Amino acid sequence: MTFIQFVFYFFSAILVFAAAMVITIRNPVKAALFLVLAFFSAAGLWVLLEAEFLAIVLVLVYVGAVMVLFLFVVMMLDINLVRLREGFGEYLPIGSIVAVLMVLEMGIILGSRHFGLHRFPVPPGHTADYSNTRELGMQIYTVYVYPFEIAALILLVAIIAAIALTMRKRPRTRYQDPAQQVRVRPEDRVRIVKMAAEKKA
Amino acid sequence: MSAFFISEWHRFPQWSRLALGSLGGIIAIVVPLMISVAYLTFAERKLIGYMQARIGPNRVGPRGWLQPIADALKLLLKEIIVPSSANKYLFVLAPVLSIGPSLVAWAVIPFTDRLVLANINASLLFILAMTSMGVYGVVIAGWASNSKYAFLGSMRSAAQIVAYEIAMGFALVGVLMVAGTLNLREIVLHQSGNFTHWYIWPLFPLFIVYFISGVAETNRSPFDVAEGESEIVAGFHVEYSGMAFAVFFLAEYANMILISALTAIMFLGGWMAPFDVAPFTWIPPLAWFLLKVSGLLFFFVWFRATFPRYRYDQIMRLGWKVLIPVTLVWITLIGVVMFFTPWGHIFR
Repeated sequence: MTFIQFVFYFFSAILVFAAAMVITIRNPVKAALFLVLAFFSAAGLWVLLEAEFLAIVLVLVYVGAVMVLFLFVVMMLDINLVRLREGFGEYLPIGSIVAVLMVLEMGIILGSRHFGLHRFPVPPGHTADYSNTRELGMQIYTVYVYPFEIAALILLVAIIAAIALTMRKRPRTRYQDPAQQVRVRPEDRVRIVKMAAEKKA
Repeated sequence: MSAFFISEWHRFPQWSRLALGSLGGIIAIVVPLMISVAYLTFAERKLIGYMQARIGPNRVGPRGWLQPIADALKLLLKEIIVPSSANKYLFVLAPVLSIGPSLVAWAVIPFTDRLVLANINASLLFILAMTSMGVYGVVIAGWASNSKYAFLGSMRSAAQIVAYEIAMGFALVGVLMVAGTLNLREIVLHQSGNFTHWYIWPLFPLFIVYFISGVAETNRSPFDVAEGESEIVAGFHVEYSGMAFAVFFLAEYANMILISALTAIMFLGGWMAPFDVAPFTWIPPLAWFLLKVSGLLFFFVWFRATFPRYRYDQIMRLGWKVLIPVTLVWITLIGVVMFFTPWGHIFR
């Protein structure tokens, strides 16, 4: 076993273990943390595939931002473990159908004669100054520029829709307007009154 | 004598030479870093003291120079109290998760042209990914402590760090566009020449945004709502004591030095001398780098001594409504000027 193989199996073992823990562990916070571990191991595997840009972006986006927001929400849940277990039998048939379909799909892609590994040439090895990031940028912004722009537009629409759906204007909420605060002058707030000194009668 | 050592060194198998070399490099970075952290706390207390017309610590050792050592010893000897019904594993894991990323990121920092532990070609992205991991320590500490104050602190910190990371990332996109590379060493080499070639001039708004976001990312005053002594006691580390607390402390200061080093590398020309003429080039490049880092660290201390803490909604407003639009406008401007006008050389 070469060192690279050892690294591969090491990361895969952690990945499979973490993924299994995500769906079996009861505490949602711990499940989210195991998902973080799974992402991290996957990033390690991608580095082995010389896809360092994808690996680092996986850590940056999913571990650094998405999972933080996930934890943010999950931590505030009132966890009732008994309730979580309820309806297990009820969802089992649907869940198993989905699982079987997923296994079938993966089998078609990975196992068949038409898509097997032997159908594709071995990717050439790259020299040390080969930049994955540059290559990806070239592809996205030249060859696939229209699909990329369309995807970006769809995401923008989704963001605006999500904000529009969740924004509530309550009439009694009072906001501060920093621009107005900055523009305040002493004369608006304080009135200095000249008064003659009063004498005791 | 040295020939003897070299020949002995080559008798080791290749993998062990690699491992020992990396280990040596790691020790050569982490030990000076920890010493700088200790003396940064001392410098901070002294500086804030002078700014507030006090003397600061001056009792332990000559002029107080042994104060950080005494502090470290005290924290080492104190008991680590684990609160009842806290989640024990996560409670202990949180400080480790907090200091880990702030040390790992140092692996790709180029101290000089030759002095870098791992010269990888996506080091800028690597740094961003690692600094974004630091929030887990804070969030997990708050949840695992099973305390309301700690939990409030970690909630605030999670929202704040996610918000400022975007501004930080966009500020770095500007650097990336101008330099055309993700490698930190090459980014510095692009700024060679005298100080007018530094990226601080064409990217001045991004420099300001980056440094402010850096202060916010490290949870330093005036963005220290995660600790907020006057509101939520000590925030996320209210339940921590002894060495577990000290590790959070180390992580915060190591992060401060990291942000200063990154600002120096990306905007202030890293190890380059400000003038490319004789008396300035006599000073070694490493000294210039450390000087720039120290100068930026002074700003961190200065901010803490002068600014009152932001309120939570003010922090969110500054992040989302001021800093992110500034970066977006400046990035667009850079792109348009670089490719559609004859003044593109300003940014190249």
